[in-house]
Amino acid sequence: MPATYEPIATTTLGSATKSITFSSIASSWTDLRIVLVGTIQTAADYIEITFNGSTTGYSWTRMSGDGSAAASGRITSNTKWVPNFPLAGSTTVPMLITTDIFSYAGSTFKTGLMETSADLNGSGLVIRGVGLWQNTAAITSVKLEVQTYNFNTGTTATLYGIKNA
Amino acid sequence: MPSTYTLISSNVLTGSAASVTFSAIPSTYTDLVLRISARTARAAVVDRIQVNVNSLTTAIYSMRGLLGDGSTASSNSDSAQTFANFVYTNGNTTTSNTFSTTELYLPNYAGSTNKVMSVVGATEDNATANYEYAGAHLIGTTSAISSITLTGLVSSFVSGSSFYLYGIKNS
Repeated sequence: MPATYEPIATTTLGSATKSITFSSIASSWTDLRIVLVGTIQTAADYIEITFNGSTTGYSWTRMSGDGSAAASGRITSNTKWVPNFPLAGSTTVPMLITTDIFSYAGSTFKTGLMETSADLNGSGLVIRGVGLWQNTAAITSVKLEVQTYNFNTGTTATLYGIKNA
Repeated sequence: MPSTYTLISSNVLTGSAASVTFSAIPSTYTDLVLRISARTARAAVVDRIQVNVNSLTTAIYSMRGLLGDGSTASSNSDSAQTFANFVYTNGNTTTSNTFSTTELYLPNYAGSTNKVMSVVGATEDNATANYEYAGAHLIGTTSAISSITLTGLVSSFVSGSSFYLYGIKNS
């Protein structure tokens, strides 16, 4: 029986690194899931997601909770998705970001679901967002990049492929 | 090719139970996923599931949550608690035969850093207030997680509640 939920690639950083790229993604699955667990060099930094080297056509709507207030916002006509916006992250406490990209190899615009979980024991954020990439090309590469500084050593990112049959 | 997403253990209750424990969890996976469909005997719309790992009941659990009840969005938090809190489930005054839906995701559960847990779920009821919620949890233990205990905060789980533990390998 073919695998339904299959790891395509995984990276665990042996040194501080600005970006992680999954490339040459085959079109043989239905959906993609990215699981990122790690820390960043400075807590005040954004993690950006782009596809196929493109920096156009990104938008997303998100809601967030900081423990006292819920908030919602939308970014349009952007150069990337930013799953940890508003700022969520730590230099020492691991943060979890999962991103699901549906029908990534299809010929329609691409949609995604982003979940960021960053409780820092007294502060932090929980963020849930939906994203749109207005591009009809199949996704063949995904880049996760820290906007200003780096992911810390030990940060792990895994790309999974999910088949619907 | 070895399976990536594997059912480790399941428990479907045929009677009431105060708690459900998954023990002897092997360290051979990368992440854990726990899928819950539950209801407790609490005479209210909502109850909560108390989550403990490795039988740890010291003040090492904290969280940030996001909650929607159909009219209002809110956020809550907790710190220095003795269990992972605010994992909601149906209480016994919701529509009969109706159970909550919850997923707990624990990445790198066997690693040597503090543990992160993501929670998403909803209580279900075709009547009064219900919750859609998301939680970011931190568990201050650097030990590999080898057991997970789920306990109804106020009342016992009822028959029909189900709990499925999966392991995910990243290679």
